[in-house]
Amino acid sequence: MKKLLVHMKGYTKECIISPLFKLLEACFELLVPFLVANIVDIGIANHDKPYVVRMCIIMAIFGFVGLTCSLIAQYFAAKAAVGFSTKVKHSLFAHIQTLSYSEIDTLGTSTLITRMTSDMNQIQNGVNLTLRLFMRSPFIVFGAMAMAFIVDKNAAYVFAVTIPILSLVVFGIMLSTIPLYKKVQGKLDRVLGITRENLQGVRVIRAFGQEKEEEEKFKSATKELNVAQKFVGKISALMNPMTYAILNIAISVLIWKGAIRVNMGDLTQGEVIALYNLMSQILVELIKLANLIISITKAVACGNRVQSVFEIKSSLKGADTVPEEVETPYSVEFNDATLKYVTSNEPSLENIDFKIKKGQTVGIIGGTGSGKTSLVNLISRFYDVTDGEVKVNGINVKDYPLDTLREKIGVVPQKAVLFRGSIKDNMKWGNKNASDEDILKAIEQAQATDVLASKPDGLDSYIEQGGKNLSGGQRQRFTIARALVKKPEILILDDSASALDFATDAALRSSISKIDHSPTVFIVSQRTASIMHSDVIIVLDDGKIAGIGKHEELLEGCIVYSEIYNSQFRKENV
Amino acid sequence: MKAKKSKKNNVKASTLKQVLHYVKSYRLLLALSIIFSTVSVALTLYIPIIIGKAIDLIIGKDNVMLDAVLELLVNAGIIALIIGILQWIINNINNKITYNVIKKVRDEAFEKIEKLPLKYIDSNSYGETVNKVINDVDQFADGLLMGFTQFFTGIVTILGTLVFMLTISIKITAIVVVLTPLSLFVASFIAKNTYKLFHTQSKTRAEQTALIDEMISNQKVVKAFAHEDEAMEEFDEINNRLQKCSVKAIFFSSLVNPTTRFINSLVYTAVALFGAFIVINNGEAVLSIGALSCILSYATQYAKPFNEISGIISELQNALACASRIFEFINEDSEIPEKSDAIVLNDAQGNIDIENVSFSYTEEQRLIENFNLKAKKGQRIAIVGPTGCGKTTFINLLMRFYDVNSGSISVDGNDIRDMTRNSLRKSYGMVLQDTWIRNGTVKENIAIGMPDATNEEIIAAAKSSHAHSFIKRLPNGYDTVLTENGSILSQGQKQLLCIARIMLCLPPMLILDEATSSIDTRTEIKIQEAFAKLMKGRTSFIVAHRLSTIREADLILVMNNGQIIEQGTHDSLLDKKGFYYKLYNSQFESI
Repeated sequence: MKKLLVHMKGYTKECIISPLFKLLEACFELLVPFLVANIVDIGIANHDKPYVVRMCIIMAIFGFVGLTCSLIAQYFAAKAAVGFSTKVKHSLFAHIQTLSYSEIDTLGTSTLITRMTSDMNQIQNGVNLTLRLFMRSPFIVFGAMAMAFIVDKNAAYVFAVTIPILSLVVFGIMLSTIPLYKKVQGKLDRVLGITRENLQGVRVIRAFGQEKEEEEKFKSATKELNVAQKFVGKISALMNPMTYAILNIAISVLIWKGAIRVNMGDLTQGEVIALYNLMSQILVELIKLANLIISITKAVACGNRVQSVFEIKSSLKGADTVPEEVETPYSVEFNDATLKYVTSNEPSLENIDFKIKKGQTVGIIGGTGSGKTSLVNLISRFYDVTDGEVKVNGINVKDYPLDTLREKIGVVPQKAVLFRGSIKDNMKWGNKNASDEDILKAIEQAQATDVLASKPDGLDSYIEQGGKNLSGGQRQRFTIARALVKKPEILILDDSASALDFATDAALRSSISKIDHSPTVFIVSQRTASIMHSDVIIVLDDGKIAGIGKHEELLEGCIVYSEIYNSQFRKENV
Repeated sequence: MKAKKSKKNNVKASTLKQVLHYVKSYRLLLALSIIFSTVSVALTLYIPIIIGKAIDLIIGKDNVMLDAVLELLVNAGIIALIIGILQWIINNINNKITYNVIKKVRDEAFEKIEKLPLKYIDSNSYGETVNKVINDVDQFADGLLMGFTQFFTGIVTILGTLVFMLTISIKITAIVVVLTPLSLFVASFIAKNTYKLFHTQSKTRAEQTALIDEMISNQKVVKAFAHEDEAMEEFDEINNRLQKCSVKAIFFSSLVNPTTRFINSLVYTAVALFGAFIVINNGEAVLSIGALSCILSYATQYAKPFNEISGIISELQNALACASRIFEFINEDSEIPEKSDAIVLNDAQGNIDIENVSFSYTEEQRLIENFNLKAKKGQRIAIVGPTGCGKTTFINLLMRFYDVNSGSISVDGNDIRDMTRNSLRKSYGMVLQDTWIRNGTVKENIAIGMPDATNEEIIAAAKSSHAHSFIKRLPNGYDTVLTENGSILSQGQKQLLCIARIMLCLPPMLILDEATSSIDTRTEIKIQEAFAKLMKGRTSFIVAHRLSTIREADLILVMNNGQIIEQGTHDSLLDKKGFYYKLYNSQFESI
């Protein structure tokens, strides 16, 4: 949390003014009981009406000044808290943008999203409350006690005893219920989980006729929740009644003490009233303080979580300057490259070694988990090799600034993701300055012209988040078009035609081979048909190259390849 | 306008009626809670009077009736204790009612989920429904029941205070009654004006969350396209807008407390002023000092519920809105009820007859029309066609996830609408392309169709679906807990698990929708063999892209745009040189 406070810079003024004015407000509030005491002891006792009026005017003025102070404090608190969280959010978002695939894999995107949203809201709220209340509440509690001592030492001991007892009850109950509430939250999460699960799996659940069992399961989860809620409810239900009883018994004791002191002539009637009023003020503030402490602990916990994200530094850094071009016939070279992910023990790729000439089409094939995606991810330097090197245009990928490297490469990832906005907006991810003609051409090359034609507003048609209003195949074709808009030197299709039928897939490959600037193309696939006509085919098996060459060569010399091929074209070889 | 309002009132009335329905079984407890609250409020108001009396007896040096004071104070202490106990009981009763109602409403909502037509589930976002079952129910019960008790004690407090004040001094009461509503006006004035600010704030916040959600969950794409700067720009633009409206919303809403506090202090001052004047003018016989101090404390107590009530009312309104959403959901139409004499389909033979079926999801867009098909026991029917041709819809109809618009589907000569849904669906073994893994152990996942299966049966099913070898390697084998839709498994492994489910139940008919699309080819060969064994004697429907799996089917349906455009065996379709021929050959076309 501490390191986050750097972002408070620029709000120092607000952070001083806000609590200060809150303190002032509290002072005026504490003085009111004394004015009342004066009205009773001096005004009424002496039948001095002008005095009473004067005191009342002063009371009204105090009220007004208190209001002004409070408003000033609230304004600066809001400004500082929101300003702070805005700054933190900005840096956090910027920081996340710098993280590499490795860090994103380890952290998980859902955690990052919670950090950015609900955690940040908690922090903002915590800062705001702290600025507003942290000085005020203790000040009123202890201020009231101090005032009581000024009025009468003897009677004030009641305060000294009551405050710790009340604190014990308030904090005791709050602290003991926190873990219980966490448990309740856990049970609620389970209820939520079952609900979501049943919606997502509705087809499977109904197919297996499990509705009744699911209902039973849900009811037992809500029962557990219900029991936990009632239990914690019983404890927290103690708070108000207990504090109420304690406070009123304390008031009785206080007045009894006061009565004795008045009888002895050490205290006046008005002063007893003043003590009584002071006592009443304590409880409200004590509860506020306890609530505040809970909010602050929560905010600090959130703050620490956010800070831990800041502490993760990107393991990948691009070069600062664009390297000089090298004369080379090769587009991509792997020299004995090995990749081991941080999260796994075994290397995912081992001793990969090959050279691809500019303009060649490369097919990469292999079973699930054989390392196909890992291999193409190394070209864009989404991960760094653990050993060996990867070169693009004859230069080690580590010697490029990341932007320069990735501008050369058009990637179509396995998961076809589109973003909220028009089709045009999405296509411009590939190239900000692309003209409508460029985009239409790319869409045509990606075999998506008919999809575009079916949309009412053409390029301006709206795509929902994640491209939900498109089918899987339509999404894939648009993601391919998006990469083509870039006119990349290297085009990587990572199993990106899986949702396309064979006819469309074939048409797509044929149109890609006709692209004017003839990029180097990598096609990752599980289908032999998609890659059998490539210039080079790399066969991967369990992270190693099992074979490399042309279709016919591999069919002869590579068992893994011929097995895959035969499984798909059994019996009837064309 | 008037009609609109009355309609709104109708909704409110019916919502309230339904709320009462849930609370009905707690009417005794509720009555007890109301009685105790009334007593507790009355006693709470009585304490300042006792204290006031005691203060009246404390006049000056050697002028204090210590015995009488002590008696009064002891009474006050005892009453305080009684109030404490009463309040604790009230709290517990209210908790019980609230939490039990929550449970009941949730359970009913869930029962509804299990009975809703697929059409509702497919066309409403999961998040929205989950939100209803979780947040809306909480807010409804909390807001409505807690709000109601608070509202009730608030009213009682106001009335009680009024009565007690009147017994002390009519004039001062008049002052309090006239001035207090001021704070109410101010509070509602502020609330009205901040509502818009809050609305803008939450809208902007939602916008920001959506952006964060989108960009961060797809961070890899953002990086692949070096889109970081643009994303940052977009984020900052929203972030700055949010900053501006948040400061305003937070500041203006925080005005409520200080301003009402200020008005209360004005009331307090006025009471002090007039009270003091009355004492001075008329002597303590009319208004004693103790009574003045008592009425001063009433003045603050009287204002409090007013300040709270404005909050409670908005909470109640919100709760009512939540309640109407959740009730609307609970009252949603269920699937068409089964006939009372519905047939239970046992040991289906698998003769399926589809006659003249037409179906569409929406009226505007026709999909399947005049669909005819006869599938005999043990036949293997493959469905091929380009993406979006209607294959999934066909499955929806077979499983009766959706009902046909016209025509009929029958199994073994009986219309499927005359059967229990449960028995029809259980007769099919369905594996979908979109795998769904539940939260739970691997074992529970396989045994979903047969929860009382033995370990041996489960392992045997896993072996025949070739899932055994990877399950063995999981950290806890068959007891490994899978979460978040099986995130520790690869797509292919998930498909193997789904296949194991039907290997366990061995239902008489099969639907395989791209069931092996993510499984690597070598494993797939083995599974195909297992499937081939399984399909013997079982009518099966197979959707696949891979034509090699389709070739061996008894009947191939070629679909396009919701129509069956060709049907026949592999060879006869190739001879026809039509759509299928083109589709098949595109597999081998060179690039």
